[in-house]
Amino acid sequence: MSESPKLSASSGLASASIAEAPAPTSPHPSSRSSIPHSSVSLRVNGTRYALTLDTRTSLLDALREHLHLTGTKKGCDHGHCGACTVLVNGTRINACLSLAAMHDADEILTIEGLGTPDDLHPMQAAFLRHDAFQCGYCTPGQICSAVAILDEIERGVPSHATGDLTARMEASHSELRERMSGNICRCGAYSNIQAAIAEIVGGAA
Amino acid sequence: MQFTTPAGRNPIDQLKVVGKPVTRVDGPLKVTGNARYAYERHEVVPNQAYGWILGATIAKGRIIQIDTAAAEAEPGVLKVLTTLDRDPVPPGFRATVHLFGGAEIQHYHQAIALVVAESFEQARAAAHLIAVEYETAHGRFDLAAEASGAKPIADRDSPDSPIVDRVGDFDAAFAEAPVTLDESYATPDQSHAMMEPHATIAAWADGTLTVWTSAQMIGWHREDLAHMLGLDKEDIRVESPFIGGGFGSKLLLRVDALLAALGSKATGRPVKVALQRPLIINNGTRRAGTMQRIRLGATRDGRLTAISHHSLNGNLPGGFAEAAVAPTRLLYGTPNRDLALKLAILDLPEGNDMRAPGEASGLMALEIAMDEMAEKLGLDPVEFRIRNDTQVDPAKPERPFSERHLIECLRTGAERFGWSRRNPSPGAVRDGKWLVGLGMAAAYRGNLVTPSKARIRLERDGRLTVETDMTDIGTGSYTILAQTAAEMMGCPLGSVKLALGDSAYPASSGSGGQWGANNSTAGLYAACVKLREAVAARLGFNAEDAAFADGMVTSGNRSVPLAEAAKDGPLTGEDGIEYGDLDKRYAQGTFAAHFVEVGVDSFTREVRVRRMLAVCDAGRVLNPITARSQVIGGMTMGVGAALMEGLAVDRRFGYFVNNDLGGYEVPVHADIPHQEVIFLDYPDDKSSPMKAKGIGELGLCGVGAAVANAVYNATGIRVRDYPVTVDKHLAEAPQRA
Repeated sequence: MSESPKLSASSGLASASIAEAPAPTSPHPSSRSSIPHSSVSLRVNGTRYALTLDTRTSLLDALREHLHLTGTKKGCDHGHCGACTVLVNGTRINACLSLAAMHDADEILTIEGLGTPDDLHPMQAAFLRHDAFQCGYCTPGQICSAVAILDEIERGVPSHATGDLTARMEASHSELRERMSGNICRCGAYSNIQAAIAEIVGGAA
Repeated sequence: MQFTTPAGRNPIDQLKVVGKPVTRVDGPLKVTGNARYAYERHEVVPNQAYGWILGATIAKGRIIQIDTAAAEAEPGVLKVLTTLDRDPVPPGFRATVHLFGGAEIQHYHQAIALVVAESFEQARAAAHLIAVEYETAHGRFDLAAEASGAKPIADRDSPDSPIVDRVGDFDAAFAEAPVTLDESYATPDQSHAMMEPHATIAAWADGTLTVWTSAQMIGWHREDLAHMLGLDKEDIRVESPFIGGGFGSKLLLRVDALLAALGSKATGRPVKVALQRPLIINNGTRRAGTMQRIRLGATRDGRLTAISHHSLNGNLPGGFAEAAVAPTRLLYGTPNRDLALKLAILDLPEGNDMRAPGEASGLMALEIAMDEMAEKLGLDPVEFRIRNDTQVDPAKPERPFSERHLIECLRTGAERFGWSRRNPSPGAVRDGKWLVGLGMAAAYRGNLVTPSKARIRLERDGRLTVETDMTDIGTGSYTILAQTAAEMMGCPLGSVKLALGDSAYPASSGSGGQWGANNSTAGLYAACVKLREAVAARLGFNAEDAAFADGMVTSGNRSVPLAEAAKDGPLTGEDGIEYGDLDKRYAQGTFAAHFVEVGVDSFTREVRVRRMLAVCDAGRVLNPITARSQVIGGMTMGVGAALMEGLAVDRRFGYFVNNDLGGYEVPVHADIPHQEVIFLDYPDDKSSPMKAKGIGELGLCGVGAAVANAVYNATGIRVRDYPVTVDKHLAEAPQRA
């Protein structure tokens, strides 16, 4: 199929422009005096945002509620599911387990920074080709993890599945499965996700 | 459109677009984070405030008082609503509990307050300052302990069946049978554990309410909300274009939507509420755990002569039974049967539908029993099932199956999986430290037909707009509806624009019970027939012989671009599918055979699934990519059911202890091997004009037993109490080491 059907405006495509817009102001200016706030400067997908946040704000909520970058998902808010996976200075983390105030001057990459519907990142395209998702809610986290683990393997960061720590690390099926296991997919697309990642590994090799 | 006679040849049969492996049309939005789920709809209404739900910390009793003063004094707090502020809202039409209101506590984590604040952090912090005084009452939390007081109950989904479903004379046949089996099995309470929590943004305007929510069934949510709030449903709009997983958890309106609506009403602000993950399991619904007894009688050559299946589960007063005996009605031909459900009262969170309700739990037991019986008979488990196939409803021999190719599923699967290499002696195959076993199971899930409507509009530029309240919970609705419209109108897929999940559009079947794909596309088919008639009339063609292909409408030697018909204004076709009695005259089902290879660590008894294959007979496959994903998703959930999933009941305090995704273990990447799926190609002309059937729940049915049977084949230890965990193995393993 050369041309994709268009979805309705209500399911729209607005966020690409949000990344360029000034950050929406904190939603509760009247209460600032009585709640500790901190100023934090985040660089997200290449754009710098200066935010004044309630210090209790997680990085995840800063992205979703303040910057309206809702591609990063909240599945559990407890570090169990991996839906909120983003890359901070090149390393993947669960954005729900980290306060935004800890990330002043950090470089953050979210799913929106990897590619757009008209210009997909190779991993996004591989997920699409292999139907490596169903409901799509865990998908941004899966894709961010998939991109990050290939870098981890490249850098020789070991995992539980790594055999010989002195040998050159291979992106084997067991390595890929082990490293992706922090990202739950209840729709059960694992077999297809592994195929998508393996395709990228194969293509890069 | 009335569908009362088997479908003849129709435009879908061209299969130019339908049936093709089209990648998901909503995929580019999903892989880039641009699909907007309920809680993320910042753009729909300004000035959204945040709600945080407080759950009860007792399972049964009453609230004496709630002190909200400290919470209300917190910065940013706009309102604290408590359950004491109002009378109980009535339960939803298909639910048991009341979601909010009144002093009575029916289950742990029942919602008792909502804090609305300017920010999420403020609402959360304030909620922790609410002081609640309870009076606890005695609760019943232990299914085994309540079993003696359980009452027989009818299967809600088979109202025609008697409470005890007897055919022939089971007792006599079982007594006479030369080979018999009598075993008990248990399945635990399970949780849907969908990735997107229940979430809603609610806003009022001029007495009308809009909710942007996460709903499988737009119509049901709207009805329930109207019922609970005392509104006319025409004054409620429900939108749910993207849903982050459901599996039954989002069939019914839940407390997030109710409290968002109440919070919004109380504050005059749009309010957004997501159910916190640790509340979902005890606040929401569960698949009820079961205790099942199965008795089989057979001749020495392996013909089943008697089958009895009894199942017990617990639910709140007024709740319904998990219909675990349902698949036993139609899977095997047996002249004598005895099926019964019993319900005990438990004060645990409500038991309600989860993916393949009834069948999933029932087949977990029945298909172990079949494996055990095959061993007693000295028969291959595949052959035993083949010998007991039936082409008619065993209780009504005059009622044939519309299509049934279970034997072909079994034979094809056995061939492709290398079943002949299975060693029938358990515990006999080793691969290093691994004990290796093969297991299989048959599967049945009903095909449910239900009305569904849609509208399709030919725009001036020749593009098509489809409008229906059908939802896509990851099942692929967007894609198969686009394929249906493109096929019917002879247009490229890219010219179809889809607008789904909005109560402003024609009412569809919604998503549940694996009925969504067949019914929603059949409803769109009906609308397309209407549009084809309108186009033909506008162009001066006879609709009967006009062909729609390649963007052209052709009749005889005259051919006109489709867009020509709309040059003076859009043309609309709106209709729905309604069904006659073909599902009464014919048993309509879907069938599968599942094959699994496991390795069991001979020292630790850790189980690893090595290979999986499903062979499915489920009518026409509308899109082999999305259908395959449905099946592998079911297979994955089946591995969870077999090996790890189970809600742990605290029998003192009456709640599920493992109430998050850390404690309620579901399969992760490392648990799942490459999975194979084969679809048999048997379009079912009794099902709908699409000749499709459901498939999303079939993929789960039987999988758990296939895994359990493989573990038995590997180890010789038969665990009949799911999940098959290491501790249950180790209890027996030392003597067998």
